[in-house]
Amino acid sequence: MANRFFKMPPPQVDPAKLSGILIVIEGMDSSGRSTHIGRLAPWLEQKGYAVVQVGLKRSELVGQALEQAKQGNVLSPRTMSLFYATDFYDQLENSIVPALRAGSVVLADRYIFTLMARDVVRGADPAWLESLYSMALVPSTVFFLDTSWRTLLDRTLKARASLDYWESGMDLGLSRDWFDSYLKYQRRMSAEFKSLAKKYDFITVNGNRSVSAVDRDLRAQIEQILIKEYPAGSKA
Amino acid sequence: MHESSITGKLIAVEGLDGSGKSTQVYLLHQWLISLGCRVYFTEWNSSTLVKEATRKGKKRQLLTPTTFSLIHATDFADRYERQILPMLKGGYIVLCDRYMFTSFARDAVRGCDKAWLRKLYGFARVPDIVFYFKLPLETALGRILEGRPELKYFEAGMDLDLSPDIEESFRIFQGRVRDQYESMVPEYGFTLLDATLNVHEQQKKVREIIGRKIDLAKYHQRKVG
Repeated sequence: MANRFFKMPPPQVDPAKLSGILIVIEGMDSSGRSTHIGRLAPWLEQKGYAVVQVGLKRSELVGQALEQAKQGNVLSPRTMSLFYATDFYDQLENSIVPALRAGSVVLADRYIFTLMARDVVRGADPAWLESLYSMALVPSTVFFLDTSWRTLLDRTLKARASLDYWESGMDLGLSRDWFDSYLKYQRRMSAEFKSLAKKYDFITVNGNRSVSAVDRDLRAQIEQILIKEYPAGSKA
Repeated sequence: MHESSITGKLIAVEGLDGSGKSTQVYLLHQWLISLGCRVYFTEWNSSTLVKEATRKGKKRQLLTPTTFSLIHATDFADRYERQILPMLKGGYIVLCDRYMFTSFARDAVRGCDKAWLRKLYGFARVPDIVFYFKLPLETALGRILEGRPELKYFEAGMDLDLSPDIEESFRIFQGRVRDQYESMVPEYGFTLLDATLNVHEQQKKVREIIGRKIDLAKYHQRKVG
């Protein structure tokens, strides 16, 4: 089992005996991450794998407080950054690691990469972020749903008939015009993801296709990972 | 105005529970106010925004060494960026009852990597003066324990499984925190104060050092017209 931590495991976390696998789906907002995880989970369960889902702002510790802070929009970028990091490590230690110890497949709807990209776009020092997340678990695979801005925009407007404050990067003051700001922000995020994709070996998946086409693609690739990571007769 | 034009002074007090540092910083604060100085006081773990999460985490013992450290860093970042730094740039003397060194000491005892902790707080300024209130471990323990206090779970380091007895756990934990502080004395050039002296004697020394190191006349309140 190739599970390991970027630099070191968090204190009190035993890196041995993690027999499960961590699969991350990254992508911009409206790229279809949640839709695909929603399809992959029952498919994996049908195949007999225990599945645990994690995502951002879902920790018992600060998930709710973070959601509230976001509504108020009064925290500085660094405070937000650290709040998200707290949320992340709470889930890492209390959900992801126990699930992997039990041999489950963990599906993560976004991971440290989204957090890093958002922060870098807001002026954070990449070296500071790397250190902050140096105790994160290295995923077995990171799929990146690469989707054109036009597709993302169409999906967002169709689903909500409006643009989201954060997804438009309005806190950055790129433009007073929301649409304009959205485009600028998405372009910056996209560029940041591309550079993370290279650095962290993402598997890029063309997200502009139909849901079923992307789903087939993801399943085929995950089949290969399962064969490799759960060889017949392997023990927990 | 250049971003780095910080005209204020940053002063922190550190030391074990029971070292009397809060009393000393309180008296220092009163003195500076009486002199008419622009002064601002802030305490560790006091940001309203993250208080609720900290309270919940501590009450329900949900915290691990990493999340314990991060939640305090979140609190600190909030106070640092919204209050401490603007006050420093505005020419205030900022007094901090505990600063990042509290995290360096406690979180290292909990097993957090020292280099990781230092990077985590890398955005914060090292204070102009750090007073370290030094006293023998037994004296500090005695001051806290003689009142038969209700020791809190994390405060006593119960999360570290040092002893099933909370008082014994507190003793061991404080001893280790002391060792961490001692190692930071040369690293950060702490100004040592003998915390076994009576309160008044200590305060005389604190004021003497401040008076010598800071040109207080520069910090007198400007008349707001």
